[in-house]
Amino acid sequence: MKVKKNIAISESGFVFDPSSGESYSLNPIGTEILEYLKKNMSFEEISPLILEKYDVDQITFERYYFDFVNSLQQFNLISNEQ
Amino acid sequence: MGKLVFERPIIKKLSSGMPSKFGMKTKIDPITEIDGNLIKDLISAYDSPLFVLSEKIIRKTYQDAKRSFSTRYPKVQFAWSYKTNYLDAVCRVYHQEGSWAEVVSGFEYEKAVNNGVSGDHIIFNGPDKSRENLKKAVLNSSLIHIDHFDELYQLIELADELDKAPKVAIRVNMDTGIYPQWDRFGFNYDNGEAWDALNRIMLSKKLDLVGLHTHIGTYILTASAYNKAASKLADLAAGLERKYGHVVKYIDMGGGFASKSTLKGAYLSGTDTAPSFDDYADAISSALINSGIKPENLPLLILETGRALIDDAGFILGTVLANKRLADGRRSTIIDVGVNILFTSFWYEHNIVPAQAFSDHTEETAIYGPLCMNIDVIREAIDFPALKTGDHIVINRVGAYNMTQWMQFITLRPDIVMIDTDGKPFVIRKKESIETILSQEEVPPHLQ
Ligand SMILES: Cc1ncc(COP(=O)(O)O)c(C=O)c1O
Repeated sequence: MKVKKNIAISESGFVFDPSSGESYSLNPIGTEILEYLKKNMSFEEISPLILEKYDVDQITFERYYFDFVNSLQQFNLISNEQ
Repeated sequence: MGKLVFERPIIKKLSSGMPSKFGMKTKIDPITEIDGNLIKDLISAYDSPLFVLSEKIIRKTYQDAKRSFSTRYPKVQFAWSYKTNYLDAVCRVYHQEGSWAEVVSGFEYEKAVNNGVSGDHIIFNGPDKSRENLKKAVLNSSLIHIDHFDELYQLIELADELDKAPKVAIRVNMDTGIYPQWDRFGFNYDNGEAWDALNRIMLSKKLDLVGLHTHIGTYILTASAYNKAASKLADLAAGLERKYGHVVKYIDMGGGFASKSTLKGAYLSGTDTAPSFDDYADAISSALINSGIKPENLPLLILETGRALIDDAGFILGTVLANKRLADGRRSTIIDVGVNILFTSFWYEHNIVPAQAFSDHTEETAIYGPLCMNIDVIREAIDFPALKTGDHIVINRVGAYNMTQWMQFITLRPDIVMIDTDGKPFVIRKKESIETILSQEEVPPHLQ
C-alpha cells in the first residue's frame, strides 16, 4: 500500500491531488495518519503511536483505521501495489 | 499528562463552493437534551430506541394555534384527531387544553370516552361506523359526521328505533384547486351530491343537522385551498338558512395543516415551506366572515388539526449499531431505529442529528434501520458526520402518526416517555416484551 507520490498534504489537513485536480480535507488525526502512510509506515507501526497519544483501544482504532484507508482508496489517493 | 480525545480519522472531498445536491452546507446542531433531560440519561434509563414526547411543546403549539384562530374568528374549537396520536396521556393533555375528540372507529370512540370526554364533545367521523357504534353515539348525543347515503339511511332508521334525533353533520368533499382531491369520503360539493344529502336530511325531519364538515387532505401546503373549502361550506350553510330557515351550529374544517417536517423529494425544508397557523387562520376566517351567512348566525369553527399540532413535540432517540461502506464507496450508518417504528420515513426526509459533540467533517451517508429488510431505509442520503458505534442520534418532529401506525415487526416496540412541564419524564406506554407478544398467541393442542 502506497500513498501516491505527488500528493500534497498541508499541516492544516488540506490535500491536493494534482493528477485529478481534486482537493480534500482531513481532520487532525486523519492528517497524522496520512503523514505516517506517506512515510511508508505500516498499520503495525502506526497503531502503537496512536494508542500512546489518544484515548482509544486497539480494536476501536483498528476498525476506524481500515475504514479510513478504505476511503483513501475510494478517492484513489493510495494504491495497493507494492 | 492525559491522553487526547480520540476522533475517528476522516477525509472528505471538497467541491469548491459548488452547492452539492444537499444545497449549500447546512450547519448540523446536535440535540443533547430534551426539556432538561440529557439524551444519554434518557437512554440509560429507558433503553434505545426510545420515543420521547415533550408536554411543554404540545401545550405551546396548541396555544399558538388556538391564538392564531381565536384572534381572527369569534368562536373556535379544536377537536383532537385521535388517529394522529391516541396515547391516553397525549389525548388528556389536549383535552385539558380544551380540545374535544375526533374519532374514526369504535376503538377510538371508546378511548375518548375513557379519557373522560363527554359524548356531545366527541366527533365521530369516517366510513366505518357499525350499527352498534352508531347507536352508542346517538344515545351519547355525539356529533356524527355522515360519510355516505347508506349511513344516512341507517341513522334515519336508528332515530325511529331509539326515538331520538341523532346530531349529524355531513362530510363534504370538493375541488379546492389542489391535487389529490380527496373525493372518496363524504358527499361531493361540485356535482350537487352534498345538497342532495342535505335535502334528504331536512325533509326526513328525523335528524338534527348541527354542522358541515370537510377534510380536504393532509400536509396541505397551500393555505388558499382552505379559503376555497371554507367558502364552499359557508355557501351550503347560507343556502340552508335561505331554503329551510335552518342554522347550522358549526363548520368543521378537518385537519391537514402541514407540519414542519420535510416531504420526500422536496427541495426546500419544511421549516421554510410550511404555512404558519396564522396563514391558515387568515384563509379560513376571512372566507367565513365574508360569506353569505348572516352575521348573527356565524357558526362555531371546529378544527381537527393533527400533525401540525404534535409533530414537533415528538422525538425518537437511537443508537449507532455500525458503519459500513457500500459497494459504490458510499458510507452507510446502521441505527437501531427502523421503519417499523418510524413509519413516517416512507414520506418524510427526517432530520437526524447526533446527540453528542461530533466532528465537523460530514459525508454523504445512507442511514439504515436494524431490520433485515431492504426497505428499512431511514434516509437514502444525508450529509452526516461520522459517528462511532454506540453514539446516540436524535430524530425530531416524529410526534404524528408514528405512535399509532407503528408495527411490531422483527423487533419489539420501545417505551414511550412523556416529559412533563417540570422536566420530569414518565413512561406513558411500556415497551413490549416477548410475553406481550406471546400472550396474544395460542398454539392448537396438536402442536403443543
Ligand atoms: C377527518 C380527519 N380529520 C383530521 C385529520 C387529521 O389530519 P392532519 O394530521 O393532516 O391534520 C384526518 C387525517 O387524515 C382526518 O381524516
